[in-house]
Amino acid sequence: MSRLKIEGVARVFPGVRKGPPTQALQPTDLEVADNDFIAILGPSGCGKSTLLRIVAGLDQPSAGRVLLDGEPITSPGPDRGMVFQSYTLFPWLSVRDNIAFGLRERGVPEAEQEAVVRRYVERTGLEGFENHYPRMLSGGMQQRTALARALANDPAILLLDEPFGALDNQTRALMQELLLGIWEADRKTVLFVTHDIDEAIFMANRVAVMSARPGRIKTELRIELPHPRHYRMKTTPEFAAYKARLTEEIREESIRAATMQP
Amino acid sequence: MFEPLKPIPPGRRAVLGVLFFALFFAAWAGATYGGLVKPLFLADPLKTLNAGVTLFVEFGFAKDIVMTIWRVVGGFVIAAAIGVPLGIAMGAFKPVEAFFEPFISFARYLPASAFIPLLILWAGIGESQKLALIFIGSFFQIVLMVAVTVGATRMDMVEAAYTLGADRISIVRRVILPGSAPQIAETLRLVLGWAWTYVIVAELIGASSGIGHMIMDSQRLLDTGQMIFGIVVIGLIGLVSDFLFKTLNERLFPWNLAR
Repeated sequence: MSRLKIEGVARVFPGVRKGPPTQALQPTDLEVADNDFIAILGPSGCGKSTLLRIVAGLDQPSAGRVLLDGEPITSPGPDRGMVFQSYTLFPWLSVRDNIAFGLRERGVPEAEQEAVVRRYVERTGLEGFENHYPRMLSGGMQQRTALARALANDPAILLLDEPFGALDNQTRALMQELLLGIWEADRKTVLFVTHDIDEAIFMANRVAVMSARPGRIKTELRIELPHPRHYRMKTTPEFAAYKARLTEEIREESIRAATMQP
Repeated sequence: MFEPLKPIPPGRRAVLGVLFFALFFAAWAGATYGGLVKPLFLADPLKTLNAGVTLFVEFGFAKDIVMTIWRVVGGFVIAAAIGVPLGIAMGAFKPVEAFFEPFISFARYLPASAFIPLLILWAGIGESQKLALIFIGSFFQIVLMVAVTVGATRMDMVEAAYTLGADRISIVRRVILPGSAPQIAETLRLVLGWAWTYVIVAELIGASSGIGHMIMDSQRLLDTGQMIFGIVVIGLIGLVSDFLFKTLNERLFPWNLAR
């Protein structure tokens, strides 16, 4: 059963200073089934973040529509939790209060808030940091909190916009395992935007490759690696085969993106 | 020692800060006791101190100080009570900004002191004229600076709040306000300092009490000691209020300093 349906979604940005309008996204279709983990892989500037923002309701499509459980999306809502690449924790709230932000918004009773916060603090490995302010945390810890904050709302789908893009390699690898572990435990539907091929193969069940701007989904690849996945999987021949294939796809687009006229 | 942007140990920092005061006093004492400046133009440090004691003991200077503080705080509180909400509304809602901003930007450049003759005409030389002057001097600055602060709220943080289920009211109440609060407090601290300069101007003309009035009176008697003492007192009160404000801000917004 498909949970999220993207139907012919396109986005044209109006021209700046009387310049011509920019087509960021060609009409794009994508179906996301329940419990799916889909990675949207593409070169920078291909419109993959725009697509995710439209799903989040933070941007409006110029054409087409997005359906979540059959209902068209018109505005942002707590049923689509999002983690951004930039650090968006509220600096005036402690880790605990950041995680409880959405719960407080809905007027969930204090005791229940506390229980939910505790559960996600444990799952994201933030024990002992509940009273810290975001400024006191490393980038990885901040993104853990952002993930916990989005999950605490129990969204129907989790939207991740290069959430580990600003982290160093080691931290990023750990965060990938953390997120994968959480997904393997409760199979929340995930839409994950990234430009990192390894990350896409390691995490996702399906990789949607986007073309250079104006973007569209040009290939979809099912990743048949078994769960639970382990970091050692990244050095197996199967993994390498997927990587070789996706590298070719992406390289072609990257070259087109790099030589494109403005 | 003079490496760009390199911090210095706190001890040395304090020593250097005190050193300037010491040198300043030494230069003052040297100029006056050494006979380089006529006593008519500049009283020596001891005479200034004596004048201060006389002011407190014989002329009830404490009452003047209280009057002045009352005026500053009164005018400033009125300006802040209207200016901060208006600034927040302008920063958060662009139509409100488009409506008020051009006029307030213009009004900001009207020199507050130039209003004194008009204000005397409108409000006489009573307290309301002093409060009005401080209001004019502070209000437009507060509005614009608060509007800029609020308008600079990070959009990605607002978007994050939307994806967590916040509605428009929550965006203002739970994101924009707490995020802007430290900078708004900092703006108020800065403008309070400016309000101090306006109150003295207000008291130089048509006042029967206050520190500015005392300085004006002392000029008629050519008592430079009292005049200098009055100026120093203003500086000290400013320093103390600044310190209190800073301490309060650090207490209210610990997250802003957390490292």
